[in-house]
Amino acid sequence: MTLFGYRLPMMSSLILWCLVWEIVGRADLVLLFPPFSGVLVSLWELVQTPKFLTASWTTLSTFCIGMALAIVAGVALGVLMGRVKAAENLLGMWVNVFASAPLSALVPVLMILFGMGETTIVVSVFLFAVWIIVLDTQAGVKHITPSLIDMARSFGAGRFAIYAKIILWAALPEILAGIRLGFIRGVKGVVIGQLLVSIIGYGELFELYSRSFLMEEFWALTIVLFAFALVVAELVGMLEKRIEYYAGVRQ
Amino acid sequence: MVAVTRKFPRPADPHGADMTSLESIISVRGISKVYSGQVHALQDVDLDFPAGALTTLLGPSGCGKTTLLKIIAGLMAPNTGDVLVKGRKVTGPGPERAFVFQDFALMPWATVVRNVAFGLELRGMAEAKRHEIARRYIEQVGLAGFEEKYPHELSGGMRQRVGLARALAVDADVLLLDEPFSAVDEQTRRKFQEDLLRLREIERKTFIFVTHSIEEAVYLSDRIVLLSRRPGRVSQIIAPQIDRSGSPDEIRRDRAYLDTVEEIWQSLRQFVD
Repeated sequence: MTLFGYRLPMMSSLILWCLVWEIVGRADLVLLFPPFSGVLVSLWELVQTPKFLTASWTTLSTFCIGMALAIVAGVALGVLMGRVKAAENLLGMWVNVFASAPLSALVPVLMILFGMGETTIVVSVFLFAVWIIVLDTQAGVKHITPSLIDMARSFGAGRFAIYAKIILWAALPEILAGIRLGFIRGVKGVVIGQLLVSIIGYGELFELYSRSFLMEEFWALTIVLFAFALVVAELVGMLEKRIEYYAGVRQ
Repeated sequence: MVAVTRKFPRPADPHGADMTSLESIISVRGISKVYSGQVHALQDVDLDFPAGALTTLLGPSGCGKTTLLKIIAGLMAPNTGDVLVKGRKVTGPGPERAFVFQDFALMPWATVVRNVAFGLELRGMAEAKRHEIARRYIEQVGLAGFEEKYPHELSGGMRQRVGLARALAVDADVLLLDEPFSAVDEQTRRKFQEDLLRLREIERKTFIFVTHSIEEAVYLSDRIVLLSRRPGRVSQIIAPQIDRSGSPDEIRRDRAYLDTVEEIWQSLRQFVD
């Protein structure tokens, strides 16, 4: 980006908004916004507290377990629906409904079913992430060139080899795209789940800070969560790039 | 001149006269195929494929020649009839047959050497061994130096050479080629045909070849099976007697070559509206 002929450094728009935030905070205009520098200071203090570390560990572990389950189940279900017409007819509508439904509404039900603990968070991560993985995997599997499967059969591939050596690989670009979207939804799942359960993880901290009106800590935690979501999306994006080379050149 | 040209007398003596001494490695008996209860692709086809010969299935589009080839490959089940390989009935693919696909069917995520070695990989051969064999055939089809490339880095003609090397690497007795040159440009196609003739000298295999090009069929084949329009039946079997010892240009100017092309055209004419 250039301004009046000067090349601006990369993060300059971010810096500009931080400055605006700082000025608004110092002017004491809105009670909700403490100065940005104050937020940074409490961010630094926050990340060193044992409470934050425990909450981070809870968040990370529930997120990872939920995502792992979502990937395994999502890919399996997607492959099944891509290969078996009956499965597609039976499940297709429901998967589409869940993929576009506002799942936050279900979290209270999950709390009743799974209790006010980590299980509920894992389940909400799973439910947020799994459907898009199913849909993308199914789309990938359905668009495999039939001659690739014929080829494997003609060289003596059994059913297992066809899935392990052809179908999963041929659909990999779509599967990874689904997983990337799944990760982004999973982050929403872990945050919304914790906020609603609100006695474990970041949810507990959020509850504490907003109730006690500790706005500096509140914003510091928000920044941590945004950064977490961004890092997760970037990591999967990098993985996706590594196999992108053949997504566009498939016959 | 064309040695044998006659209506196909079923079931006696299915070979061309000069092929009777050869044993048939593949036979199809009474093959019929109907797609989804509607389209009658093949009706009552009886054929024998002599060992060591290159037999071409030739006919108008939609005559079921690819269907017949896929049935022989075991990739498709006929509604009635049997496929016999070396006298034994088969119902699926087998190691004695290898298929070369019209659209190459290469794995885009795998290198050339892994693609070529794929048939051996499926048989559980150790990687070092199968890659050694694959490299030998990659060289034989003229792709030395491209072992570690990916299919999308190759031209269409080179991709089909990979497909051919893959079929050769499993050392099957019979190579089934489904319009292998139809997706490449004309120059590549001619070069490919010449290479295939040379390859036959080295590889002593049986070839079953599907094409819709009369010239290609006559240039390459020992025997040409003409199929009629849908439902496909054997309408004629021709065994061109062409001296292939000369250069490619000499062959394409050879009297017998030109006469056979003309004769097949006259007989396929009836199927064109």
